[in-house]
Amino acid sequence: MKMPKKYKVSYLINLLGLLVLYGLAVLLFESGVLGTSTTYVKGIFTTACYTIVMVTSLNLVVGVMGEFSLGHAGFVSVGAYVSALASNALSGTGMPNLLVLLIALVIGGIAAGITGMLVGIPALRLRGDYLAIVTVAFAEIIRVCFCNFEFTGGGKTMSGIAKLADFYWVYWITAACVAVMFMFVRSRYGRTVKSIREDYIAAAASGINVTYYKVFTFAVAAFFAGVGGGLYAHYMTAMIPTNFNFNYSAELLSEVIIGGTGSLTGSVIGAAFLSALPEMMRQFSTYRMLAYSVILVLVMIFRPGGIFGTWEFSLTGLLMKLSGKGNKAAKEGQ
Amino acid sequence: MLEIKDLNVSYGAVHAIHGVSLKVNDGEIVSLIGANGAGKTTILRTISGLEKADSGTITFDGTDLRKTEPSKIISLKLAHVPEGRHIFPEMTVEENLEMGAYADPADMDENMKDVYDRFPRLLERRRQLAGTLSGGEQQMLAVGRALMAKPKMILMDEPSMGLSPLLVKEIFSIIKEVNKKGITILLVEQNAKMALSISDRAYVLETGKISIEGPAQELMNDERVKKAYLGQ
Repeated sequence: MKMPKKYKVSYLINLLGLLVLYGLAVLLFESGVLGTSTTYVKGIFTTACYTIVMVTSLNLVVGVMGEFSLGHAGFVSVGAYVSALASNALSGTGMPNLLVLLIALVIGGIAAGITGMLVGIPALRLRGDYLAIVTVAFAEIIRVCFCNFEFTGGGKTMSGIAKLADFYWVYWITAACVAVMFMFVRSRYGRTVKSIREDYIAAAASGINVTYYKVFTFAVAAFFAGVGGGLYAHYMTAMIPTNFNFNYSAELLSEVIIGGTGSLTGSVIGAAFLSALPEMMRQFSTYRMLAYSVILVLVMIFRPGGIFGTWEFSLTGLLMKLSGKGNKAAKEGQ
Repeated sequence: MLEIKDLNVSYGAVHAIHGVSLKVNDGEIVSLIGANGAGKTTILRTISGLEKADSGTITFDGTDLRKTEPSKIISLKLAHVPEGRHIFPEMTVEENLEMGAYADPADMDENMKDVYDRFPRLLERRRQLAGTLSGGEQQMLAVGRALMAKPKMILMDEPSMGLSPLLVKEIFSIIKEVNKKGITILLVEQNAKMALSISDRAYVLETGKISIEGPAQELMNDERVKKAYLGQ
């Protein structure tokens, strides 16, 4: 049992940390030290941000709930398309851009969440490999639907989406999403879901409605995947259903695994690093997929639980340690 | 307290339980013994709603359990300690106990103190991950977790499974003690001798049917039981 006051302090500290990071990024872009590549680097940062949202949400399923989902791109695409349609409908109403973006993201997220629930109700009766196969199938169904719907431009590119997702906004939206997911994991709900991962028979014996919580978590994860997809759509401004194929799901999953299943910190850092990696290695062109695979193999050999395992970074804990307030508080803050 | 009448359960085409009727009175320890595959665990799982019965009635304290959601059964104060311990290995001992109070967290701190009083070993290890406990300690944790729900009755499935003879003795003395505090127990066991020694009454289950029933003392001296289950 932790004191609410301690929570408040820790929220404040984390908010300050976010502000400092934000300030550094603003300084980097506005001071012009990057010269002509400012837009390019900003783009990489934005990509990293929405990838963080998608990967962290997938970690709710893979890490916290302990089930493999290979169809996360399906939910991302639902969020991307629905939010693009929503913002198209809202454009020209004179609403400020940020508001349009937020409304579009929420609508996209809810659409993805509902899809997640609908997929989850039948699929989550399965476990392990079987569930993974079913999620692949569902993601493919979603992709094929988008390939054939009139309003998504069919198999063609859907373009002309307003470029509403600027790095500065995406940063805060990402921070908010990760914070909400973090609170979810730490809440009574998170604990319950973890107990199902640990042992579903014991969980059921303790009076937990296993199916309900699994579907609920799946829907929450799909919601945030949808928000990530919405950010993607409003940053890219154009997309094609084949963007969200099996490879994309697999990429998100590998980022979760490299970062550490069950560690949201791992997902954030893994997503940021791995989404920036292809850009950093652009000069190697096609060889970068090779590097990507090598990294995956090395991580699996040396850190089978992912780089961060289940460890969570705690700014509060770090500060406590630095100020010499002892290790006990640091452990509590984890 | 618990009454089962004409229960039939099947797994697909396999008819596992054939018209079983049994009764557990308030404050008793009743054991259900029988060989592998006789259907002991199936009966417990059906009581807890984890398996669906084909026909028959199961009433607990006047409530029809067949019409109750499995996740609500614990709120009726009927706890189930599943076969093979089933603790949450990556959670600490204390978190495991907290999960036990999931359905009714009102008096959690008080209940936890009671459990720690009964199992001082768990108090020593409260911050330890449950998966690192020894087999006996895990079984104690499983029982402790069930007690966190303040049950009126506990269903225990093979508490002696995989434990050394010394620990088996300890677990059975714990069961006896728990029962003395007024908790009714339905015990499923392969270790017929131990089970009968602490029980008030017992039922012998053979391929899905009750073949013998009676006071535990009587069963211990029953020639058929002796021959088939006690190895004498």
